[in-house]
Amino acid sequence: MTARVQIQTQDFNLSTEVEALRANDPSVGAIASFIGLVRDRNDGLGVSAMELEHYPGMTERAIEAMIDEAHRRFDIRGARVIHRVGPLLPMDQIVLVAVSSSHRGTAFQACEFIMDYLKTQAPFWKKEQTSEGARWVDARVSDDAAAARWGLTQINTAA
Amino acid sequence: MKVNIRYFASIREALGANEQIDTTEGTTLAALRDQLIASSVAHAGALARGRALRCAINQSMCAETTVIPEGAEIAFFPPVTGG
Repeated sequence: MTARVQIQTQDFNLSTEVEALRANDPSVGAIASFIGLVRDRNDGLGVSAMELEHYPGMTERAIEAMIDEAHRRFDIRGARVIHRVGPLLPMDQIVLVAVSSSHRGTAFQACEFIMDYLKTQAPFWKKEQTSEGARWVDARVSDDAAAARWGLTQINTAA
Repeated sequence: MKVNIRYFASIREALGANEQIDTTEGTTLAALRDQLIASSVAHAGALARGRALRCAINQSMCAETTVIPEGAEIAFFPPVTGG
């Protein structure tokens, strides 16, 4: 069985991951996936490159726990999260969340749940190169609000 | 007791990736943060009260009221921005 969580510098392929999620499981009737990409603009400035840092060990544990929680909350069959670290460029893929389930509703929900959870609780940090120099990306209050919809109450942006 | 402290992102740029310090048993994360703030101008800036900061003990996010166990790996970092 493929690992559920992968932190890597190299790119990933959606088709390969979907293949793995639907292989050998005839109960799977739906797969929902989300891919996050590097944009060429953020908070009003052009972005030419990005560096992604993480906390090795804690990152994997945190995301494993998020997938466990998704299994507790939703009747899903499997989930896969890949997150890239290191240098990235606009249009590069950053993150993949893919969830398999018998029916589409739970697949959509669990995919969004894992992504909202990851955005506010997985230890990654983005530093972007902008037209005005390098800067660490600020966490967004809107991401905390998205996580709060699921009853996730740890506030990432709190002072 | 000795604790190992790790820093990430902007905090790492200000203070380095890690350090080991002596603290008293029963210290909370909040008290450790205050001890670090008092230890240098750089620490006072990077860990200043009012700055959004997350902390972890043994690779799990923890509230600042948490008591630090012996030999723990502590981490301080800014709000996370992955995804």
